[in-house]
Amino acid sequence: MKTVLTAVLLAALLAGANYWALFTIGGASSCMPCAAIFLGGPFVLALALAGILPALSRPRAAAAAEEPVALTDEVSGPAALAPPPADAALRLLATLQEDGRLIDFLTESIQGYSDEQIGAATRGIHDACAKALRACVTLEPVLPGREDEAVTVPKGFDPSEIRLTGDVRGEPPFTGILRHAGWRVTGVSIPERTGLEPRIVAPAEVELG
Amino acid sequence: MADARYVVGIDLGTTNCVLAWIDTQAEIDVDAPPVEVLALPQLVKPGVVEARPQLPSFLYLPVAEEMKPESLALPWGMAEHVVGELARARGAEVPTRVVASAKSWLASVGVDPSQPILPWQAPDDVAKLSPVDAAAAYLRHLRAAWDAAMPAPLVEQELYLAVPASFDAAARDLTVRAAEHAGLGGARLIEEPQAAFYAWLADTAGGWRDMVGVGDVVLVCDIGGGTTDLTLVAVGEERGGLVLARRAVGDHILLGGDNMDLTMAHAVRARLTDGGTTLDDWQFRGLVHAARDAKEALLAANAPAEAPVVVLGRSRKVIGGTVRTQIARDEVEATLVDGFFPAVDRDDKPRAARRTGLQEIGLPYASDPAITRHVAGFIGRHRDVAPDGPSAVLFNGGVMRADRFRRRMAEVLSAWRGSQVRVLTGSDPDLAVARGAATYGLARRGRGVRIRGGTARAYYVGVETAMPAVPGMAPPVKALCVAPFGMEEGSAATLPDAEFGLVVGEPAHFRFFGSSVRRTDTPGTVVERWAEGELEELPPLETMLTGDADRTVPVRLEAEVTEVGTLAVYCVSRDGTERWKLEFNVRGADGRP
Repeated sequence: MKTVLTAVLLAALLAGANYWALFTIGGASSCMPCAAIFLGGPFVLALALAGILPALSRPRAAAAAEEPVALTDEVSGPAALAPPPADAALRLLATLQEDGRLIDFLTESIQGYSDEQIGAATRGIHDACAKALRACVTLEPVLPGREDEAVTVPKGFDPSEIRLTGDVRGEPPFTGILRHAGWRVTGVSIPERTGLEPRIVAPAEVELG
Repeated sequence: MADARYVVGIDLGTTNCVLAWIDTQAEIDVDAPPVEVLALPQLVKPGVVEARPQLPSFLYLPVAEEMKPESLALPWGMAEHVVGELARARGAEVPTRVVASAKSWLASVGVDPSQPILPWQAPDDVAKLSPVDAAAAYLRHLRAAWDAAMPAPLVEQELYLAVPASFDAAARDLTVRAAEHAGLGGARLIEEPQAAFYAWLADTAGGWRDMVGVGDVVLVCDIGGGTTDLTLVAVGEERGGLVLARRAVGDHILLGGDNMDLTMAHAVRARLTDGGTTLDDWQFRGLVHAARDAKEALLAANAPAEAPVVVLGRSRKVIGGTVRTQIARDEVEATLVDGFFPAVDRDDKPRAARRTGLQEIGLPYASDPAITRHVAGFIGRHRDVAPDGPSAVLFNGGVMRADRFRRRMAEVLSAWRGSQVRVLTGSDPDLAVARGAATYGLARRGRGVRIRGGTARAYYVGVETAMPAVPGMAPPVKALCVAPFGMEEGSAATLPDAEFGLVVGEPAHFRFFGSSVRRTDTPGTVVERWAEGELEELPPLETMLTGDADRTVPVRLEAEVTEVGTLAVYCVSRDGTERWKLEFNVRGADGRP
């Protein structure tokens, strides 16, 4: 019982740290499933470990006979349950680089080039990146109306969905001009990259012969 | 598998494979059957699996440590070979380790398609495969994708495998062998242009009866990435209803969209070189892609006057290394429309002598790039089917998506005929063959209209004439018809009069011929002389008679078209008690063992 309590306490600490990291670095409410994993994950992990550790301290043969799976869980468990938070971002980055050369484009110094040269390259990069982006995330405007036309902001609107500018006073509903319709991600499908080192977002290319 | 739940059509294409299916337990409108196309998960990059409707027919053979084994895993586990989009993309970078166009090697090209010969001219460290193995690998991938996604295994379904109409009996045999290697032995064969026609019939939802009439002859013009396949379908009448019959098929023409993309890219490269910019191989591959996109934009209806072509820099300096130019619509018009679809005379024939410099050693690539000339030659050979040429045309294959090509082809056909040739428009030319193959399966169950066809060729064995031996001169050969044109599946033909004496214990060889133009010969017809191209020699047939050695057995020949759609020729003893199947000997480079 003591083990379980200790584990839950440690888990709470870890979840707290994750909460801080997620909402400070990642931006709030961006991904509900991720938040659930980062905050809930430590508790699940802790309880699992609390169950496994005592079993491990028992005589080896008995443990193996009772729970042969637990040994492997203990080894691969933490990695499998809590992937590095940056993984999805790295995968998206790798896709945009592979398909559209985005990292090359953003890291190259463009000062020495003419607008024409930059324009020429951008056309290809834009086409390819746009295609890759469409494949990875589904985007739709937050507000359905047309930009530069009148729009009503209802009572009880979500401030993360709508940002008010200009002469802001009184109480909703507000009437104003839609200047930017916003973007909402309605689907994410960033390709898995099985068996590859996630931090390599573009391998070096060596031509032989 | 007559009671199988799913009827499945497979397009084992030269450049792409597609699988389509119909659930026979669902509600079916026979005029517009609900055909689904299976999403095919495949590696698109190392470690990245994506589901796409097409599986590129490429197979890549990595060197040790080139790719991590775990990065090549598929949703259903590890595959023996890398096939699909990753193989295609990687093959463009490392051409010596990729198997491409395996299907074209199944047609008689003077090498044994069951021997490990691919990748053609690969370095010694590559574990080569046979064209049959490669085709089997694509089919295995389709099978695994199906089994992972569908409630019942693919082997238990009713399968239809599309093959080029130009495939002769030997190539069809090899295709069936590839299917057997993949564990799909029961698959029946259907000709690709016919499948495209079935897809069109289904697209019209019964409306085809108003679009064609009695006496119409439809040219199916199927131009894919690597091959051009031609077929004539005639519309007739029987008991008040319209009937369709496939009347003629063309030769195996290795000419398609890839030739056009390369031609365009070479033209642009030449212009860049004149301007002082040289492209390396890597940039040239990028150029081929960019030129293809530009081509498609410029050949569409309402095309712009010009389209940009951009090849990004190779190193991390993506902007600094970028090469940009543009292709004008007039240039595409002159290079591709006039180059591949010139307005030729109706009596023109493909030119044999000129070489275009765009060929790979090994496969018999067409030396005349003018598709219209190949079509003229084809129609000219079949004037008995359509004296004035076809009255309508159905386009299929990715190339014919281009509005400009369709218009030019229709103009040329109309000029030959002297009146307007109607253009029948099918949907999605990339998926039509697989969809049509499934529709055909349904029609075979009596649900939907069927195109009559039978064998696309008449078949002959060579018989040496009895004459005094002349040194240095082979005795002339006569051709004895064993199977007539248009033999239906499941039927047999016998030659009661002709007998051969075969020696037991020794291999018996027969030279073997096919003809797509001699439509009236019956079993037993002897052809003494034939014009160039009238009869084509196929791989010889051979068998080993077992039994008491040195006995001579009088036999007659019997031909049978199997339910699967392959041709089988047997030697049958006079009393009919013994039967030996003659097998194709594909080793013979020039048709001789």
